[in-house]
Amino acid sequence: MTVLRYSRAADLAEAVSAGQEARLLGGGTNLIDLMRKGVERPQHLLDVSRLPAGIDETEDGGLLIGGALSNAALAADPRIRAHYPMLSRAVLAGASAQIRNMATVAGNLMQRTRCPYFADVAGASCNRRVPGSGCDAQGGVSRYTAVLGTSKSCIAAHPSDMAVALVALDAVVCLEGPAGPRRLAITDFHLLPGDSPEKETALAPGEVISGVVLPPSSLAARSAYRKVRDRASYAFALVSVAAGLRLEAGRIAEARIALGGVGTVPWRAARAEALLIGAEPTPELFARAADAELAEAETQPATAFKPELARRTLRAVLTTLAEDAA
Amino acid sequence: MSTLQNVLIGSVRTAVGWLPEGWLPGGRPDPLIGRHGAVGRQSALSDAPEKVTGAARFAADVAVDGLCHAALVHAPITRGRITRLDTTAAEAAPGVVAVVTHRNMPRVDSPALIGLSNPSAVGNSDLPILQDDRVHYNGQVVAAVVAETQAQADHAATLLDIGYEVTKAPTDFATAKASARTIPTLLYEPTQRAEGDAEADLSTSRYAVDAIYTTPWQTHNAIELHALTVIWEGDRLTVHDATQMIAPTATALAKMFGLKRENVRVLSPFVGGGFGGKGFWDHHVIAVAAARLAGRPLRLRLTREGVYRVVGGRSQTEQRVALGADAEGRFTALIHTGTSVMPPYSCSPEAFTLGTRAMYRSGSYLYSQRHADMAVVPNTFMRAPGEAVGTFAVESAVDELAHEMGIDPIELRLRNLPEVHPVTGVRFSQHALDQAYRDGAARFGWAERPATPGERRDGEWRIGMGCASGSFPYVRLPGASVRITLHRDGTAAVACSAQDMGMGTATVQTQHAADRLGLTPETVRFVSGDSDLPPAPAAGGSGQTASIAGAVMAASAKLVGELIRLAGNASPLAGLRAEDLHFDRAGLVAREDPARHESFAAILARANREEVSVTASGAVPMEMFRYAMHSTSAIFAEVRVSDVTGEVRVTRMLGSFDCGTILNPRTAASQFRGGMIMGLGLALTEETLYDERTGRIMNPSLADYHVPAHLDVPPIDVIWTGIPDPRTPLGARGIGEIGTTGVAAAIANAVFNATGKRVRDLPLTLDKVL
Repeated sequence: MTVLRYSRAADLAEAVSAGQEARLLGGGTNLIDLMRKGVERPQHLLDVSRLPAGIDETEDGGLLIGGALSNAALAADPRIRAHYPMLSRAVLAGASAQIRNMATVAGNLMQRTRCPYFADVAGASCNRRVPGSGCDAQGGVSRYTAVLGTSKSCIAAHPSDMAVALVALDAVVCLEGPAGPRRLAITDFHLLPGDSPEKETALAPGEVISGVVLPPSSLAARSAYRKVRDRASYAFALVSVAAGLRLEAGRIAEARIALGGVGTVPWRAARAEALLIGAEPTPELFARAADAELAEAETQPATAFKPELARRTLRAVLTTLAEDAA
Repeated sequence: MSTLQNVLIGSVRTAVGWLPEGWLPGGRPDPLIGRHGAVGRQSALSDAPEKVTGAARFAADVAVDGLCHAALVHAPITRGRITRLDTTAAEAAPGVVAVVTHRNMPRVDSPALIGLSNPSAVGNSDLPILQDDRVHYNGQVVAAVVAETQAQADHAATLLDIGYEVTKAPTDFATAKASARTIPTLLYEPTQRAEGDAEADLSTSRYAVDAIYTTPWQTHNAIELHALTVIWEGDRLTVHDATQMIAPTATALAKMFGLKRENVRVLSPFVGGGFGGKGFWDHHVIAVAAARLAGRPLRLRLTREGVYRVVGGRSQTEQRVALGADAEGRFTALIHTGTSVMPPYSCSPEAFTLGTRAMYRSGSYLYSQRHADMAVVPNTFMRAPGEAVGTFAVESAVDELAHEMGIDPIELRLRNLPEVHPVTGVRFSQHALDQAYRDGAARFGWAERPATPGERRDGEWRIGMGCASGSFPYVRLPGASVRITLHRDGTAAVACSAQDMGMGTATVQTQHAADRLGLTPETVRFVSGDSDLPPAPAAGGSGQTASIAGAVMAASAKLVGELIRLAGNASPLAGLRAEDLHFDRAGLVAREDPARHESFAAILARANREEVSVTASGAVPMEMFRYAMHSTSAIFAEVRVSDVTGEVRVTRMLGSFDCGTILNPRTAASQFRGGMIMGLGLALTEETLYDERTGRIMNPSLADYHVPAHLDVPPIDVIWTGIPDPRTPLGARGIGEIGTTGVAAAIANAVFNATGKRVRDLPLTLDKVL
């Protein structure tokens, strides 16, 4: 691990101007690991941990979260806990207390897959790490790979918990770049692997995540984040479900669902949502919605259980939410 | 290990069986048994303050002037040879002192493999270490880079240009299993033991179960990474090491590097966990050689990935257990066979059938196991090798049989407890598993367990209870020696090269020596962790405490003679012989007349001596041949299993142990709990994941290899019978490993009780329950 240059950005403008050449350093909980493994070899590290790190209320009653805010502070914020509890729970379900203290919101969105073949520079081929080199994960150790949004070139899962909740909450990513600021729906931020898995986000060269906007949400009372994993804490999701429902007159008026652990990106369960809206909440409906969402899952031998696990977890979460709402 | 060894052990056992009891060392129970002294009292670890304050210096903490640092390069291929090796870029990198490859590595022989025939052997592998261009397994060290700083070494290690020619290697178990071999000896037992026709009896049994159980590869994950700080001064070598075999390591290094044994010193006063993994591995030899080549003091600390690549772990196993029983539940047939992995260059047969042989009697039985050759980092001993995974299979099968018969699994076990060792026919030295079960069941609330699976639930969570027996043999290793020094100020020092990997060796031996010498623990100092001290054997087989205790017994007996000689005719003890005296009140006392007493201080003062010192070795451990000696346990677990996700959460566990005298309840309870947590990891979370196409370990990190996290570990209750074993020093048997045995089966049995689902494949992950 050699870094030729380290500097610290005083403000967004400086981050943007230096950004073309530099790799941005937030909490370093993923980037530094990957540098140690030789996956990342930045020549210039630009520390952006001093950029805006607050939570401000927006005019329409939402929240603007600074990109440099720590995951721990995000999860602990009373406004987040009150109005976006699934986000708080998702963050607390991830990593460890020490890592959450260091990790930033922007960094969490930028974290890279934990596929073991991606991390194994010396011993494995990975299209995401070296385009065109092949994908050893297929047919290999693949318990933590994705079953939705996969391609021939890559089956790596997106590892974030936080991003799953943000996707369910229709968050908007605020970017600052050489061409000025722009906003992007979070579902457009992470890219499916397709033929170019190395291209993971919609960030343009030199662009910096300045923050994330949470639109106002009325789902707080009936929302949940449930994470299923191989040990009780400090493990990535095999499956996670972020979901919120709003019922009106015995029917589902609003449904927001996202899945973690199963997708190559934080997975918005749009098919399931479409079936739910306007319908009466019944176990049969939830089963149909779950089946529809997982219909196109493609599995490895080691992930053959995941579609069923995802269906079961999604059904259980929705059932609980509907009961809570009744 | 050989057929010859079987014959030798067998004939010793026969000969010892003929001897009258009084002839045997330990034939008369240790007089300290049942005495209420320092032994048996709660005592905190004697080195706890140093560890808590950070004052303790572990192997990688030792400050040395002019230190350089090494980084290892591991082969990314599994088998083949190096065809291109260019070190130019690495050598030119900033701070690089030396690059060590097979081209410039000093010629050293491989260490002798660990085995019964050579107690000082340390080798986990007999492959050449950086001696040629051959690669035998994925991750094998092919080079080391030495630099001024660790970061420079790590960086330069990435600059080596190495090309390989890859040849085919056995990397998947299913294929390797087909050509597995049987070796004659399994540690101390013939591999194969049979009585009657177990297959025939099984087929005619009133009740029968017959199933295959599988357990995964596991990797050692002690919190302290393996490390050495190496200092050469001419032909003198000092190694600060993290090891559980101090004296044997010094002996091995002396032999390999052509040094006089007294010129090699291995220091290891603190070790951050051993569990069988802190033995002698390639990095020892490479670090010592690299320091010589560099001409500088050198530190080599394995990375966590390095531990996975250099240090082997527990082999995967595939076991068949078949049980037949008559209408009363008496076993008519017991078959325990299977396959584990042991490459030809390794020495650790995962002896999963050994424990079973002592656990149950049966009308007929068949025990045997085979070893598959795979291209893997040499597998090794890992806490309760054999029994940890063997008890999973047999104790699951017993639970299955109990369910089929519709009787309580504890009752079924108690009906089949042996009166004598079922295979060798020798008597148990002490055996009270029945009491451990009764005590444990009462305290755990076993009576509340519904016999029918799936009856208890709390919302989506099904609740179940399970139990299983654990077992681990008693071992007292030959060759342990200690030096006892009495000082004129009334204090004593007991010294040997013992290893304390955190379990409390020094603490307990201080308590022991105090009682043995008639002193208080405050006036006794136990000195260890240094190969310059009288040699102790490796800490292994749960045998260190008994081994050193035996040596302390021998040395204290010798000390009596020395003190009589020094006391002379002016002493109140004059005229008494050694057998007339015992230690008490910081001196010697006549057995028949307690008024005749003289303190050590007085004896030394009259003799005008500052101190008196004796060194002695423990008696040959003949008790192991004469008696069947096993620690046993009854393990209880309660689990919750999600109906939705299959997640298993253990809500409480209890271990009820029968291990002889408990020397220090505080450190013992900690060892039991720690052992049980490792059993929990085996049951639910731990698995070293090899890519079976390539033979490469793909989860070499604590993020990807799941040891239990705090939230996985429930409250663990620990109780014991405390019945002394009359054939051992202090009445104690080993407690270091038994905690890990039985746990996986207890949890799997609890999952069955909760759900009706029988999982025979560890780790018991949620996909297997769904």
